[in-house]
Amino acid sequence: MIRFEGVGKQYPGGNEALRGLDLHIEPGEMVFVTGPSGAGKSTFLRLIPLLERPSRGRVLIDGADLGGLPGHRIPYLRRRVGMIFQDHRLLDDRNVFDNVALPLIIAGRGRDDIGRRVRAALDKVGLLHKEHASPVTLSGGEQQRVGIARAVVTRPPILIADEPTGNLDPALSQEIMQLFEQFNQVGVTTVIASHDLSLIESLGYRRIHLEAGRLAWG
Amino acid sequence: MGLMAAMKRGLELHRRAARESLEQWRQRPVANGLTTAVIGIALALPAGFFILTDNLQAVSANWQGAPKASVFLVPGAPTASHEATARAVEGMDAITAVELIRPDEALEAFEKAAGMSETLAMLETNPLPAVVVGEIRQGLASADIDRLTGRLAALPDVDEVQVDREWLQRLNAVVAMVDRISLLIASTLALAVVLVVGNTIRLDIENRRAAIEISKLIGGTDAFVRRPFLYTGLWYGAAGGLLALFILMIGLLAMAGPARELAALYDGIQPPGGPGLSSALTIIGSGLALGLAGAWLAVGRHLAEIEPR
Repeated sequence: MIRFEGVGKQYPGGNEALRGLDLHIEPGEMVFVTGPSGAGKSTFLRLIPLLERPSRGRVLIDGADLGGLPGHRIPYLRRRVGMIFQDHRLLDDRNVFDNVALPLIIAGRGRDDIGRRVRAALDKVGLLHKEHASPVTLSGGEQQRVGIARAVVTRPPILIADEPTGNLDPALSQEIMQLFEQFNQVGVTTVIASHDLSLIESLGYRRIHLEAGRLAWG
Repeated sequence: MGLMAAMKRGLELHRRAARESLEQWRQRPVANGLTTAVIGIALALPAGFFILTDNLQAVSANWQGAPKASVFLVPGAPTASHEATARAVEGMDAITAVELIRPDEALEAFEKAAGMSETLAMLETNPLPAVVVGEIRQGLASADIDRLTGRLAALPDVDEVQVDREWLQRLNAVVAMVDRISLLIASTLALAVVLVVGNTIRLDIENRRAAIEISKLIGGTDAFVRRPFLYTGLWYGAAGGLLALFILMIGLLAMAGPARELAALYDGIQPPGGPGLSSALTIIGSGLALGLAGAWLAVGRHLAEIEPR
């Protein structure tokens, strides 16, 4: 599903985030990405929806080389990759419903369709009763669940999350991970970067460990 | 995806962008009011000028009556010379009718018209010359009229020849001048509207940076991100156009009285008309086009700079 072949990423100014990364993530797999700060975890995740382009090597999604993807096709790639961020990236001037609806609006869905899908996604993350609330009135865990609902509302085949539990206490982190497991169980390829080693080990999925921009093991 | 489904999606995207941009537009009444006022004034001013030149052109085009040449004889020319000149003028090809006004007839008419009989009575002699008024055949070219004027002036005892098309020529020259000035003002103000809308939308883009980033992050195309701002430009243009029409209506109401009096002084001239339906549509259309152009300018320059972190 996701294949990296000799991928290097050098930022302007010389900082080399990835130095020849080779790995493959199978369709429907659930994978954790670990490693010290600056090991290249975020860069690795950002290359999948082409938030960055690699300096060298190839990134393939579903067999298609992203290097050949023209700029105007990038939005359609991103619609197939649900993204979840540590800081949620919600729009504070819109309520929970409208935040979750955004990917469907972008796809040009009709109103009834949007209503049905948004409520299904909110129900899944246990926030159906908060659809009219403003994100700022929600707790950190609730905001993260809104972010997850937004990422899955279009049922993308790939889900990537960058430190989704970074600001949450262990119990809430556990809940969030269980949500990811549920999505993975219906076939979504799930890639999660995290520092929370004890939680990761308790779940027992494959771990990709990066160090200094290379695959250390996994 | 079928064609119908694709069209349905496209329509849905436009409907939503139009509605959302209108809602956001209405949430900032003061800032929008000011921008709209600037656009309205900028559109009303050249439109007013164009209506003025339209009316002036209608005056010169609809001007009725044959042009006339007034041939003034030297004062004290003998009566025989009056008759001879009248016959000579009548004999010319370009002249269709001739009227001889003798000095005493002229004095009589002048006394009646001006009510200055007492003043005129004080004069020992009649100061007025004889005049031969010839009606010029219609449709004569300007050069032919010049030639005719020359021949009339060359007749014996002729002091001066006046052709009354001169005021028409002057009017046409003034109209052409006003027309050119209107065009200059219109182009300058059109540019101003584009820049005002462009700058307003630039600020709008800056304010909604977070929303734009998130849209791009989750798969919003450039067209999707651009669309609401383009609609905002259209709303500004439409509101500015309507305001311009309103300003014009008020201006025309204020002008209506004096203009009617002026028209009444010139027989056969229609009182001035206001902006008709086509002018109104042109004003609104210009507003929409300029608003959209301003939005394109801002969007083209600033949206590409915003890329998701």
